[in-house]
Amino acid sequence: MQNTTSTNEPIEPNTTAVEEMREQIQGKTGKAYWRSLEELSDTPKFQKWMDDEFPNRSSIMQINRRDLLKFMGASFALAGLAGCRGMFLPQDKVVPYVKAPEEMVPGKPLFYATSVMLAGYATGVLVEQHEGRPIKLEGNPEHPASLGALDAISQSEILNLYDPDRANIVINTSSPSTWDSFSKAIKPVLDAQKAKGGAGVRLLTGTVTSPSLLDAINRFLAIYPSAKWHVWEPVGRSNVAEGAKLALGKALDTVYNFKDAKVIVSLDSDFLSPTANPGSIRYAREFTGGRRVTGYKGEMNRLYAFESSPGLVGAMADHRWPCKAAEIFGVASAIAAALGVTGIDGSAKIPAESAEMLALVKDLQAAGSSALVIAGDHQPASVHALVHAINAKLGAVGRTLQYISPVDGGVEKASDLQSLVGDLNSGSVDVLCMIEVNPVFDAPTDWKFAEAMAKAKTKIRLGIHENETGLLVDWHLPLTHSLESWGDARAFDGTVSIVQPLIAPLNDGRSSLEFVSFLAGRLKSGYDLVREYWKIAGLGADYEKAWRTAVHDGILKGSASPPVATTVSLNPSSLVSPKVGSSLEFNFRPDPSIYDGRYANNGWLQELPNPLSKLTWDNVLMISPAKAKELGVVDDDLVEIRSKTGKVKAVVFIQPGHPTTTATISLGYGRTAGGVVATVTNENGKMEGGGFNAYLLRTSDAMYFTEGFEVAKLSGQFDLATTQGHQPLEGNKVSQFPGDHREIILDYTLEKWLAEGEAIHKELEESSEKYKKQNLYPEEIFEFKGAQWAMTIDMNTCVGCNACVTACQAENNIPVVGKSQVGRHREMHWIRIDRYYSGSEENPQVNWQPVMCVQCEKAPCEPVCPVAATVHSHEGLNQMTYNRCVGTRYCSNNCPYKVRRFNYLNYTDNQKQFDVRIDDTKTNVRIPLLKMLNNPDVTVRGRGIMEKCTYCVQRINDARIESKKQNREIKDGEVITACQQACPTQSIIFGNEADKTSQVARWRKDPRGYLLLEELQTRPRTSHLAKLRNPNPEIKTAEVTH
Amino acid sequence: MAQIFKPSANSITAVALLGAAIGVPTIWLALAGLSRSPANTKVNVPLNQPVPFSHQHHAWELGIDCRYCHTAVEKSGYAGLPSTETCMSCHSQIWTNSPLLEPVRQSYETGTPIKWNLVNKVPDFVFFNHSIHIARGLNCNTCHGPVTQMHITMKGNSFQMAWCLQCHRAPERYLREDKTRPDLSPRQQVFNTYWKLQTDGIGKMPVREQQLITGNDSSSDKAEDKAEGQELIKKYGVRVQQLADCAVCHH
Repeated sequence: MQNTTSTNEPIEPNTTAVEEMREQIQGKTGKAYWRSLEELSDTPKFQKWMDDEFPNRSSIMQINRRDLLKFMGASFALAGLAGCRGMFLPQDKVVPYVKAPEEMVPGKPLFYATSVMLAGYATGVLVEQHEGRPIKLEGNPEHPASLGALDAISQSEILNLYDPDRANIVINTSSPSTWDSFSKAIKPVLDAQKAKGGAGVRLLTGTVTSPSLLDAINRFLAIYPSAKWHVWEPVGRSNVAEGAKLALGKALDTVYNFKDAKVIVSLDSDFLSPTANPGSIRYAREFTGGRRVTGYKGEMNRLYAFESSPGLVGAMADHRWPCKAAEIFGVASAIAAALGVTGIDGSAKIPAESAEMLALVKDLQAAGSSALVIAGDHQPASVHALVHAINAKLGAVGRTLQYISPVDGGVEKASDLQSLVGDLNSGSVDVLCMIEVNPVFDAPTDWKFAEAMAKAKTKIRLGIHENETGLLVDWHLPLTHSLESWGDARAFDGTVSIVQPLIAPLNDGRSSLEFVSFLAGRLKSGYDLVREYWKIAGLGADYEKAWRTAVHDGILKGSASPPVATTVSLNPSSLVSPKVGSSLEFNFRPDPSIYDGRYANNGWLQELPNPLSKLTWDNVLMISPAKAKELGVVDDDLVEIRSKTGKVKAVVFIQPGHPTTTATISLGYGRTAGGVVATVTNENGKMEGGGFNAYLLRTSDAMYFTEGFEVAKLSGQFDLATTQGHQPLEGNKVSQFPGDHREIILDYTLEKWLAEGEAIHKELEESSEKYKKQNLYPEEIFEFKGAQWAMTIDMNTCVGCNACVTACQAENNIPVVGKSQVGRHREMHWIRIDRYYSGSEENPQVNWQPVMCVQCEKAPCEPVCPVAATVHSHEGLNQMTYNRCVGTRYCSNNCPYKVRRFNYLNYTDNQKQFDVRIDDTKTNVRIPLLKMLNNPDVTVRGRGIMEKCTYCVQRINDARIESKKQNREIKDGEVITACQQACPTQSIIFGNEADKTSQVARWRKDPRGYLLLEELQTRPRTSHLAKLRNPNPEIKTAEVTH
Repeated sequence: MAQIFKPSANSITAVALLGAAIGVPTIWLALAGLSRSPANTKVNVPLNQPVPFSHQHHAWELGIDCRYCHTAVEKSGYAGLPSTETCMSCHSQIWTNSPLLEPVRQSYETGTPIKWNLVNKVPDFVFFNHSIHIARGLNCNTCHGPVTQMHITMKGNSFQMAWCLQCHRAPERYLREDKTRPDLSPRQQVFNTYWKLQTDGIGKMPVREQQLITGNDSSSDKAEDKAEGQELIKKYGVRVQQLADCAVCHH
């Protein structure tokens, strides 16, 4: 990373102004919301940056008026020719099937159930497939880990499938080879091993939950009894297993039931985030299900969170204490001691005040079996053990949680990576077979895996990408994607899914199951292997029928692991208290987008703004405002982090609410191999992202948090692409009439809402009436007896997880623009999740607000379009007609919600490697990979076109046509927008507002409902429901209430 | 000071002005004409195909239903093109040695699809749906021209947006039904037209159906026809205003 001279002068938070602002907040009667520290300080420079929709324009193109007129003249002259396209465009071909496949109707998508895996754990999906081409992943309503919703990472698997950088051929020491040559070469090696029982053979995989793969590994180990199987996950769940062993005597998984949880204490657990918990979608649904309030009635569960790094759980928490990860043990001990778990010393210094802890414990005790304490997977085993004891003491076992035997098949059978490194160094490994792992990049530095690996005689890796590890092996074999292969996998609760292929392998790959079976001498197709396994394992009386049902449903019904009865016997002396030092604690966390680095080559995920920081394309050294002040650094400053084992250059990012005592570093960036997107770089003046490699700092004794690193400020700054503050709603700055502005965010405490809800609603109604009277436009009489589309977003249940953003991207062919373009506010996501803080910068409250085009009934964008490319439909949609748009951008300028996106640089065609084609050796057809990803029902927009959300109008049209063919109206719930479908918490409701019985009509009438910028009288069709919090009245918060 | 303009400048100016006055509109009109001419729209321009398939022979003379080959037309946005297997369902029995059918047999043997030249096409940003048009009783010939009379398939209409809007703005001019067959749904009536052509011959068909078969514009501005169209609009629940909403076809 080198210093760059920025065209965009950094905006430093004016500290004195922040102080002043804080004083102002104190004095204000209302609640102040802010989006970033710069906004809090509100300097004139920031004001200018904020007001400009697309800053840095002048640096892009300095064009004078005369040149502009010349270009315009030329475009007008050429515009006429566009009408004569038929004369010079080449003849199009149309290619029907030779034998038409059964069940397929051209133009109608088919949906197939299968599963995708995140670190081994399955999430059920339905794959939308057009003419044999999978284009989108949606949740499988029958699958326990999905319930019909899908997280952003799982949705992005479809882009991984079409990734042009995937390993496509067998590579033998950097020259192309074939599977045949590989099997010829490996046979004598394996035969030689057979003689000594396979003592020199090692298998290294990630987490394996697949029953058939486990069976294949067992068969392999039966043939080579002295061989060993090792499992390596950079952010694995070994602490969970160890903790269970400490408290329960054996490794057991915990499955939570948030439905019955009334009081939840999270000890550094981000159970709402897919990178932190394999059951996150279900947990998010159940957790928010316990917080739904309709009208003036309702109950809410209460969430307390202790957090070492700001995450989704802390943002949703009713009470949050930022703290060190090492302090969590003290917190758990204090809770355990207060609840009367014997032998626990609860006197450690903890971040919460004793009165607060007293109230928390009282709340837990009152909830009894409806209480739930949950520890983060990365927390040490002792914390997990304590939490088991706490939950048992509360009587929660069996109600809010249950224990099942571990889903991870390696827990009992496999060894860890460390023992493999030992074996490698002792020279006892002859053949090392790796499946999809990347330890050269992500193993702790003190193990020096690359050096150890070099000592193995034959190194084989089966992988999706030829990554850092792949470059150092003798044989690199292409792995099939889960959408290309047969297999099976288990979800967090043990439910088995059959994985079926949606498309023939694009590359010459094999699945892990096929590969391991091949090593064990069974050369069979994945289909045969899976079927054989389940035939032996038994599916039911009628095997064929049961198999078909399982494949069709995507799950094997009733296969969830049964609860294991167990008793907690905790030996307090076995607990190890982590050392809490006085210096800055560094937390290593999987990146919210690219996880441990395995999704680094996925542009959708790289460009997905991280939930809280809104960062794209980079990782940072994330610290609190106070710590930054102490270190004398500001946003974007370059620093060097030095540890005993290495040093890396990083960029500072100041995160409000970050614990002052800790810093967060995301893992997975700084890749040097594994694809064009993964290896984008900030080096040599290229500002493409890619971040820095945090694994260089990570050692085996401190896998998740440690103290003792040094941070040294370097000279210079570095631009980060963060979307915070992009496309701002102007809210409280827009006031046509003095004193009539309304806040963009409304939030109340549950207590206040239940008591004064009606009065608050009345006040809102009155102001609405007032706005209506102030309206300058004539009241149009608009009569149309069809459907009137509307949407409502419940901010109370939105957890800010980004699933909707990716769903929209996949559905609507939204391109990736790259870091430098994001830096110019040109990201194309049609949905943005605005994140508003309120309260102090040390521990602010967070409000999520997803905003997409709100489909104003009196849309300000429409009258300013010179070519009528954006006009209103009779069903109340603000239509965007791409083929008519000439790109004046007047509409975007006039949009108060800033939801329009302009395609500046032909982003789709100019996406990296958009032209990459692969050869289909069988048909001799060259397949353009990334083009296959596009949804055929949505126009792919080109340069110079404005685009935006139109409530997934392609889905509306489809439903309308189907209903008309059946001579009926569209039913409620028949049209589901992509964002609504993906939302884990069902916070988005869409439907026909004119149908008074529809769910959206009911939600719109909810008294918590309000319209964004209602004072502008644009009459949005999207309304938001105010957020509620449920703080413990016995705990005083620093929050300034209404 | 020397004169800048010579006397001839007067005539040059006059000619130039006249040239511009006549020339610019002429070029403009020529371009406008060109864009509407068959040279651009390809209307009624026969297009060579790998196999000289005759719709007249198959659809009229043999009376094969449109849906035998275009299987998806009632269900999907696309009408669907027949697979090689569909051709071979007859041609494995008849004309098995015809040299004209060699590409079909080749395709069937090698598994390589036949690459036909696309005749009817709307741009990528237009989302046309066959099934709803069939469900409203709009005959294939309304848009595709006299298909049953085509030896070599050609485009029947320009498919320019103005052409679409003729019906989308005033569907009453196009909607009609066969009063003699109230037992048939509008969808069934579409294909019954061809059945009648087969059994009764063109002479016995009503005028508007004859117009359809011969490929003439089947719209009508007669008061009684329009009244019938209005009736049908009401019966089908067509929301006429909505038909011209942009997002109905563009998304």
